[in-house]
Amino acid sequence: MSDNILEMRHITKTFPGVKALQDVSLAVRRGEIHAICGENGAGKSTLMKVLSGVYPTGSYDGEIVFDGKPVHFRGINDSEAHGIVIIHQELALVPYLSVAENIFLGNERRGAGGLIDWNRTNADAADLLASVGLRENPVTPIIQLGVGKQQLVEIAKALSKQVRLLILDEPTAALNDIDSAHLLDLLRRLRSEGVTCIMISHKLNEITAIADSTTVIRDGRTVETLDMSSAEATQERIIRGMVGRDLSSFYPDRVSEPGEEVLRIEDWSVRHPTQDRLVVDGANLNVRAGEVVGIAGLMGAGRTELAMSVFGRSYGRNITGRLFIRGKEVRARNVAEAIRNGIAYATEDRKRFGLNLIDDVRRNVSAAALGKLARLGWVNGNEEIKVAEDGRRDMNIKAPSVMSVVGKLSGGNQQKVVLSKWLFTDPDVLILDEPTRGIDVGAKFEIYTIINRLVADGRAVILISSELPELLGMCDRIYTLAAGRITGEVPVGEATQENLMELMTKDRELAR
Amino acid sequence: MTTIKPSATPQQRSSSEDGATAAMHTGTSDPRTLILGNLRQSGIYVALVVIVALFAVLTDGVSLSPGNITNIVLQYSYILVLAIGMVIVIIGGHIDLSVGSVVALTGAVSAVLVIRQGQPWWIGVLAALAVGIAVGAWHGFWVAYAGIPAFIVTLAGMLLFRGLTLRVLDNISLSPFPAEYQRVAAGFLNGLIGGQGYDAFTLLIGAVAVAGYAVSVFRTRLARVRYQQPVESFPLFVARVVLVGAVIMYFAWQLAHARGLPIVLIILAVLVLVYGLVTRRTVFGRRVYAIGGNLSAATLSGVKVRTVNFWMFVNMGFLAAVAGVIYSSRSNGAQPAAGNMFELDAIAAAFIGGAAVTGGVGTVVGAMVGGLIMAVMSNGMQLMGVDQSTQSVVKGLVLLVAVAFDVYNKRRAGSAR
Repeated sequence: MSDNILEMRHITKTFPGVKALQDVSLAVRRGEIHAICGENGAGKSTLMKVLSGVYPTGSYDGEIVFDGKPVHFRGINDSEAHGIVIIHQELALVPYLSVAENIFLGNERRGAGGLIDWNRTNADAADLLASVGLRENPVTPIIQLGVGKQQLVEIAKALSKQVRLLILDEPTAALNDIDSAHLLDLLRRLRSEGVTCIMISHKLNEITAIADSTTVIRDGRTVETLDMSSAEATQERIIRGMVGRDLSSFYPDRVSEPGEEVLRIEDWSVRHPTQDRLVVDGANLNVRAGEVVGIAGLMGAGRTELAMSVFGRSYGRNITGRLFIRGKEVRARNVAEAIRNGIAYATEDRKRFGLNLIDDVRRNVSAAALGKLARLGWVNGNEEIKVAEDGRRDMNIKAPSVMSVVGKLSGGNQQKVVLSKWLFTDPDVLILDEPTRGIDVGAKFEIYTIINRLVADGRAVILISSELPELLGMCDRIYTLAAGRITGEVPVGEATQENLMELMTKDRELAR
Repeated sequence: MTTIKPSATPQQRSSSEDGATAAMHTGTSDPRTLILGNLRQSGIYVALVVIVALFAVLTDGVSLSPGNITNIVLQYSYILVLAIGMVIVIIGGHIDLSVGSVVALTGAVSAVLVIRQGQPWWIGVLAALAVGIAVGAWHGFWVAYAGIPAFIVTLAGMLLFRGLTLRVLDNISLSPFPAEYQRVAAGFLNGLIGGQGYDAFTLLIGAVAVAGYAVSVFRTRLARVRYQQPVESFPLFVARVVLVGAVIMYFAWQLAHARGLPIVLIILAVLVLVYGLVTRRTVFGRRVYAIGGNLSAATLSGVKVRTVNFWMFVNMGFLAAVAGVIYSSRSNGAQPAAGNMFELDAIAAAFIGGAAVTGGVGTVVGAMVGGLIMAVMSNGMQLMGVDQSTQSVVKGLVLLVAVAFDVYNKRRAGSAR
């Protein structure tokens, strides 16, 4: 270990009930590009938040040594004072402010009397823009730039803070190929100018192209750090490190008897609501009664976008393609029509999109099919209670009563409320988007049991998950999605975590 | 994995839960849990009782005299009507700043037809209601279909309809209305079945109301027991019915010893009853709560958000017109400045009554209690001869404290999670 600019030693970070990081160590050499790989939820972002002081000193165990000295960051300002700058996946730019204003936000160039010196602000911004190779006027509002250019503005902003260690979280996830190539070139140039860089990425081809070393994290632990110049540092090796965990006997058994086809989409394409790019690109998939079909894909692959666009066009614009329910083409132009056609979608973010947290179990359960409980617009409150009680019993929702406020239930029980709500619409197809995210192990098993019961009843389930073992344990078939394209369809018998991960990280060009 | 068995029976499960939970299933619950659980709702009832008692003492009982109680009803009924519509709009996550101007406009239209053109009184009433509905549709269009925030739309409406009022009235007041029109808000049902020194009819209506209330809550209780839902213990239930009945009968007794049953009170009671049911029992009402509680979740549950928002404002326009008729009837004419600041009283009533600033929470009954708190305070301070400036300061502070209490409660509930 010669010249390490950063050493994180034995970092352990615990959230209530979860060990997010367990004894993670990371050493970054001065002037290198260091990639961090891992599945969604492996702990990459948590580690970077520890490093940048988002989680302040004392809230984790372990030691951080920066530039030879132990450091204790109490907030993001502390880490930035040391020259550690993090650029998050969701860009933190103010859309209606100019490029220059964004670059110096919180770090304004001031002149006499503390007033902002606009000449210096814009001149300095122009210099910084030149150094990242962005030819834009500093007074242009951010909103007029594409995502690729916004990413460069973020880097210019980091440079303005005399950055010594630049952390990029999925910098190319939202970029097209040309912008990605541009960004990688810039990172190489910054490396030659002495800036050390940590890059979190899912794109293995980019990592092999640019990184000097790669640390693989899995389930909150360091697996290994590879020197990318050595012969054994292959994409296969990284994939094995990312997924190599035991497939425990965690998934309830089920006899698979797929019936006739229930839902099929053909040549389904969806545009991003504000940006000019395809989020889903010509997808074809189908699911049969009594079948669980998985969709695997990394963050930003377009899984949720695909699901929501099918569910009454609740995401995206210019949606093209055909949707068939039981062989008949249907047009589900809004959510109400989708529900009528027997589609249900349980969101990945149940708190923001799935539940009315301030209302009770009863009313959340009835929300999507209130019409079934009403005559001439009047709700039969007693029937509603009965329906909610049925849901509470069938799903084993642990709540004092159906009048309990949903926001006070645990994540697993909230998820069961969501499932009860969609079951009450009596759907043919349930699209479950990360149904076990953020819930404990016991509740996960219950959710799996419920899913098995649903398909045993002849319903079809589309299961979207970031956890490959979950897909392998639950599904009959698995589609892989990468950059909006379906890159593979694998029967579960032939699927392994390795070949799925390979399909999920498949480059756009290879997918064609 | 042994702890989880989806096939577990309800009995097994409830035995594993804590005692308080189990108690709720058995059909009784100790009053403390219920009272604490409903602190937020019962808090305003307690506040109302305290304020009524306070002013009864401060005014040597004048505030509870038959004449004054009648006065409070006549004087604040239109605010309460507005508060019904306002609380629905607020539950839906919006606001309506225009209702004062709409009260003025609808009253003005009615006055022009009845006073200036000599049309019968009911033509004036129908025209006012039609104008109110049209105004509501206008707001609803901009909020629901054009996507403009209600704050802006109704701020514009406040200016717009005030201006139209001035146009309609040619900048002058119109007065007086014929006697039939005045009866709407200033009329009484009195002496229909006689009585000596008091109005027996008022007492009868009071008794019918108490009986209706008792039957209705008892039926609710029976249904809840049948569906195995938690209910309060029987003595507590009886105590509640007796208490509410006593309050209603006292109120009727006092009215019966003044001028009888005000017609406007009947209108108000019908509206409270109907809208109480609409908010709690209809699909529309439940959609309003869903939209205000979590717009995204409502959208993804197939709620037609635009339609609901539109009708919410149409309804507000209708109720503003009802208030406009009552106000013009009571003031016996139409004035260009009528209804000034009514919106603020209605908004304050909704918030004091427990509506949440972020939407999704609130009740019609709560808004009525909130409006009564404001009414009793204003009236009491007037009786005491407190000057206008002090009254304004006190009302402002009460509103602030009420909402601060609400926010504090919510934060505590959130941290207890």
